[in-house]
Amino acid sequence: MLRLEQRQQPSKLMLYLTPVLAVLTTMAVGGLLFVALGIAPGRAIYLLFIDPFVDRYNLSQLFVKASPLILIAMGLSIGFRAGVWNIGAEGQFIMGALAGGAVGLALWGMTGWWILPLMAVAAALGGALWGLIPALLKIRFNASEILVSLMLVYVAENFLAQMVQGVLRAPDGMGFPESRNLGRNEPTALPDVFPALGINAGGVTMLVLLTLAFFLLQKHALGFQIKLTGDSPRAARFAGVKPGVIITLCLGVSGAAAGLAGLFELTGAAGKLTIDFPLGYGFTAIIVAFLGRLNPVGILLAGVVLAGTYIGGENAQFMLKLPAAAVTVFQGMMLFFLLGFEILINYRVKRLRRAV
Amino acid sequence: MDFSSLNAVAMIVLLIGAATPILLAAIGELVAEKSGVLNLGVEGMMIIGAVTGFITATTTGSPMLGFAGGALGGALVSTLFAFLTQYLHSNQVATGLALTMFGLGLAALMGRNYNGIKPPRTDRLEVPGLSDFPVLGELLFSYDPIIYFSVFLVFAVWWFLNRTRGGLVLRACGENHDAAHSLGYNVQLIRFGAIMFGGACAGLGGAYVSLVRVPQWTEGMTAGVGWIALAIVVFASWKPWRVILGAYMFGGITILQLSLQALGISISGAYLSMTPYIVTIVVLVIMSADRKRASINAPACLGRSFHASH
Repeated sequence: MLRLEQRQQPSKLMLYLTPVLAVLTTMAVGGLLFVALGIAPGRAIYLLFIDPFVDRYNLSQLFVKASPLILIAMGLSIGFRAGVWNIGAEGQFIMGALAGGAVGLALWGMTGWWILPLMAVAAALGGALWGLIPALLKIRFNASEILVSLMLVYVAENFLAQMVQGVLRAPDGMGFPESRNLGRNEPTALPDVFPALGINAGGVTMLVLLTLAFFLLQKHALGFQIKLTGDSPRAARFAGVKPGVIITLCLGVSGAAAGLAGLFELTGAAGKLTIDFPLGYGFTAIIVAFLGRLNPVGILLAGVVLAGTYIGGENAQFMLKLPAAAVTVFQGMMLFFLLGFEILINYRVKRLRRAV
Repeated sequence: MDFSSLNAVAMIVLLIGAATPILLAAIGELVAEKSGVLNLGVEGMMIIGAVTGFITATTTGSPMLGFAGGALGGALVSTLFAFLTQYLHSNQVATGLALTMFGLGLAALMGRNYNGIKPPRTDRLEVPGLSDFPVLGELLFSYDPIIYFSVFLVFAVWWFLNRTRGGLVLRACGENHDAAHSLGYNVQLIRFGAIMFGGACAGLGGAYVSLVRVPQWTEGMTAGVGWIALAIVVFASWKPWRVILGAYMFGGITILQLSLQALGISISGAYLSMTPYIVTIVVLVIMSADRKRASINAPACLGRSFHASH
């Protein structure tokens, strides 16, 4: 018989080891899944987990995909630490892209270095406002931010559909439901900074914000209050932390981060607004946040791993006729394993001997 | 505008059909929550039920076996959540999200060869002489068996929770798991069962979407119905009968916005498609606003992990 015994102290080793274990187990169990699907497992695992990090072309895509994931996950992690569950980042991503994109389209034909920053501000505001709706309803009416933020994803998707068929549709686009291409228009296109790894201006912004988040959480009193609210809401209240402020801050910041990510995706990889513009980054970022242990450095690493599975998944779709959904299964599996292994942090497994 | 094409009786019949997947998923989640488990994986269990039900029905040719397959699929996938949360003490919110993501992916993978196939027809239950009776016959006797079953299930859940010893024990686990444990009940096992019941109901609801509502298999076809079901449980204040009320109200909104779209009303379709989600938010706000009442109705141990110290 095995039994679990609570540790005196949470294990630091396991805290860092469990994400690695989760990824490795996903590779192993995923291999079995491929066998079941009749696909050579070795080659598929190589394409999903190794090739994205060695092939030169794939490397040039790495941060194109990793930057939005990391940026969104960074925002979410601050909320998750405080026990504020924003799971509607996908909606905030869309609204950010719409707000920023609308500014870019309104200024179409104008030139100037200030256009892109202005769009970024609009996107951050758009995402933040969309995130503040659940915050307001939580504080004022006690409504679950989980359900409200998720419902708003569907509202945002429909709103996007309406906008690309309506006011934001390209006038010279022959009636296709899509906007003008902001990525091919000099003043609104996101400049590349380090193309070998796919780091563009959005990637640089992400790295700066991630550093700020690191200092906020580790060194600033506010970071301490956020963590305290998550660990012990009662203690936090006695210490004078106002829950309303924390909720507003967490949802506002994560909304702004997701909105920014939406704009970078729009002006970088996607180029234009279409109905299929959102790629599910808002949901995958939840996995990134957990896999990265809600810690900025961990999130950076986790974002790179999951970006790799996105790139590898696209290649495997093309080369092995692997269905697109296989990657989603892998991502879900990774989160399952991670959550399962987490028990090793607070408990140790002991063999129970029966008393004679 | 011509509203005469909106026939009240036909609309009620339609709304009950639209409400049934939500009703099934919500009554299952209600039982899980009554035992103290918040399972946010309803959407994932539903989509798994939709695909397993569809595959079973098209391969066997029997819609009834399809519904059973959907319920089984939902129950099986829910054991992942049950094992992780009950025996490995993982966070229920995060694990529920993982279940939804995993379910959506796995369903798409399983159903990739089933796009564009028509499932066998689910016939309505004919009651000789009564089903053709005008108005009342149509209102009461024009449905398929699953709709009757869903209403029966709500009654059965009410009876179990409020009139049986087993129901009392299950509620005790949700209200105070330490007390239930010290009386000698196996909290984890009871919760495991409640989660699986929730999974089976969600799976059945999902199968109803792919076999009756649409009827076809497409990726992500449950489109947030599972999340609406979670909101309905809050709306119902964890009371089985109110789940019917909430689900039928949502069915009504869905049918109304669809008929308005079909009428070609001047409001654009995308705005009308938002309404069920916006109404969900409004309902949540109204039901949660009274903090005192909300906290009396919600199971006290909802979402809290239980670990026996000895």
